[in-house]
Amino acid sequence: MNSRPSLRFKPQSTNVLRNWLSISTIALLTALAGCAASNNQSQTASSPAASASPAASSPAASASPVQVEPTGLLAQVLSRSKIICGTSGKVPGFSFVNTQGEYSGFDVDICRAVAVAVFNDPSKVEFRQLSAAQRFTSSQTGSIDIISQTATVTISRESTVGVAFGPVILYDGQGLMVKKNSGITKIEQLAGKSVCVQTGSTTILNLTDQFRKRGIAYKPVSFDDNNATFAAYQQGRCEAVTADRSGLVSNRSKLPNPDEHTILDIVLSKEPLAPGVKQGDPQWANVLNWVVYVLIQADEFGITSKNVDQIAQSTKDPDIRRFLGLEGDLGKGLALKNDYALQVIKQIGNYSEVYDRNLGKDSPLKLERGPNKLWTDGGLLYSPPFR
Amino acid sequence: MAIQVFGFKNALGLLRDVRFWRIVGQLFFVLFLVWLGTTLWHNLTLNLQKAGIQIGLNFIQSQASFDIGERIITYSPTDSFGRALFVGFVNTLRVTGIGMVLATLLGLVIGLARLSDNWLIEQLAKLYVEVFRNTPLLLQLFFWYFAGFAKLPSIDSNTPPSSLFYLTNRGLALTWVSATAATGIWIGLLTLATLIAIGLWQWRRWLRIERGVASRTWLWAGGAIGLGIILAFAITRASPFEWNVPRLNATELEGGLQISPEFTSLLLGVTFFIASFIAEIVRAGIQSVPKGQWEAAKSLGLKPGVMLSKVILPQALRVIIPPLTSQYLNLAKGTSLAIAIGYPDIYFVANTIFNQTGRVVEVMLILMASYLGVNLIISLIMNLVNYSFQIKER
Repeated sequence: MNSRPSLRFKPQSTNVLRNWLSISTIALLTALAGCAASNNQSQTASSPAASASPAASSPAASASPVQVEPTGLLAQVLSRSKIICGTSGKVPGFSFVNTQGEYSGFDVDICRAVAVAVFNDPSKVEFRQLSAAQRFTSSQTGSIDIISQTATVTISRESTVGVAFGPVILYDGQGLMVKKNSGITKIEQLAGKSVCVQTGSTTILNLTDQFRKRGIAYKPVSFDDNNATFAAYQQGRCEAVTADRSGLVSNRSKLPNPDEHTILDIVLSKEPLAPGVKQGDPQWANVLNWVVYVLIQADEFGITSKNVDQIAQSTKDPDIRRFLGLEGDLGKGLALKNDYALQVIKQIGNYSEVYDRNLGKDSPLKLERGPNKLWTDGGLLYSPPFR
Repeated sequence: MAIQVFGFKNALGLLRDVRFWRIVGQLFFVLFLVWLGTTLWHNLTLNLQKAGIQIGLNFIQSQASFDIGERIITYSPTDSFGRALFVGFVNTLRVTGIGMVLATLLGLVIGLARLSDNWLIEQLAKLYVEVFRNTPLLLQLFFWYFAGFAKLPSIDSNTPPSSLFYLTNRGLALTWVSATAATGIWIGLLTLATLIAIGLWQWRRWLRIERGVASRTWLWAGGAIGLGIILAFAITRASPFEWNVPRLNATELEGGLQISPEFTSLLLGVTFFIASFIAEIVRAGIQSVPKGQWEAAKSLGLKPGVMLSKVILPQALRVIIPPLTSQYLNLAKGTSLAIAIGYPDIYFVANTIFNQTGRVVEVMLILMASYLGVNLIISLIMNLVNYSFQIKER
């Protein structure tokens, strides 16, 4: 053992001295630089009005005393000139990348609507593809501004996970899909069978609860990735696959023979899907909330992307005039342009248009509106008043 | 009056001493690290506080409420997150342990084949090494799972209701043994018989060496074990175990030894991947043994097997073991890719947990501690092995 050459480096002492001096100097300088940087950051956080970028304060804004200055995330987004939107990118109808590399879908349109409200430009969105498990972490760390990824609103996500959800955009429920020729119609027939499920979502929790409630044993086969889950189901690894019913319809459309699969007439859970933002930034949360409400309220007023300009010119209804920003200061109060609602409707459409285009009658999915109708039609969609 | 500092007469002497500056330098570096650590930690807690999240490990005791498909220890959704993590940890150990054994054996065979005089064998081994060493493990896992197991026959009306083994895309099922009431007696008696057989073997060998009588070790040892079997059968009047034949219940396999496609894919993936590295390490180790050793062994007239096991491998192992340790560590870490193909290892379970609870930082720390613990234990054992193979200087 003693004969082994020693790996310990024993340089001449003067060298050591010089090395150490230089290393410690570098360390000290780095430390000082780090302190300075963190001081800057805390200043930005504490006095946001001072740091608002010139792009944010338009001449009209400075003239009007009601114009609220953008702070926090909204100010950051404005200075960055784009919104970073976390989405799946793998679920047709919600967010899907077509062959031209363009994103489309229900979730995508929500982010685009926010981009219109903030920048008056639906293209100022950068989409980040996230797995179900990554999405909340990304929102926590602030690497995305909005999470628009068919996320179910739950108490624990708002309390311990730290997501502030916006209004529900789709009232969904969890379902089960099986192959038609399996003859399965009831959940009890899945006793002892394998069920494919995506982990990192409420789906796996609901599935567990439903089988536990009935006292049936089953074998969950769970994957982190949406595509892997459905690929495994398609190749016969599982007897059934579970997801939100809209998600099942959407993913079924990607399978080689969609007609061979049937979605069981069972609703395992309530799945109110909503976009969300990081908690602790009320202004940014308000922007999201009142952009989504614009879609629903426009539907209720009967304003569409086609007739919005005409209505804006002719209407005498003070409700609608306030809503479109022709009078009052509703938009300014959100630190946005006063006519943001008009622009959102013009460039994105109202709720029905967005729904029909992505999920409903004008889409390949042909999903029924179900509870996703206006409250005036017996549905659940209801926007608080714009006043 | 001179002030004595570290045995120096005055401060100037201290400033001119390299030992003093060495300590000062190290002190600054440690301070810098502490500052960096506290800043990062402060930043993290501040940001989490802003989002209304608190850091703490109490959530570990909360109910998990999700199911884990594959497990070898008991677990139910009413158990805690901590238990769920432990289930995942055991699953990780299972793949790591079996994978290490298989990868070592396969790596040894391929490594020897790389040195074979037979051209075809050598080229095949080379092909194996180049293919598996130069493609990403994740890709290989997807290959085994989606191109391998998923393409196996699915269970349908043609599947026999009972078979000695099943190979389907829902998993493998092999006929296996299951314990009966007699199993305990059988195991006890056979263990006793084996111990006696080993004792007899040693005694006969000693007799041959010391007295020069014919040893007949095989006869004595075999006799002892045979006697044990007869005795066990006489007592129990039953077979030591029952054959557990897998069967088909509607569309799911039951009974026998069931191996899931996820486990098998992961096991095959890490085994083949790591074995390709081990093969190269084995080859390098064997080639490091001086040619003279081969020639000496040959001139002694040793058979190839004896030459390898008694002369070459013991020397090669000294070169092989240190890099082999690294490969074992890589294997343990590589199993964390299980999440891609749905095998519930610790990373997979942790992933589900931090999504349900939002406790990313805490869960990540637990994960790091788990992998670190496993790998430190592997390193420790391998260092002991390494020590035992080193040349002892007396």
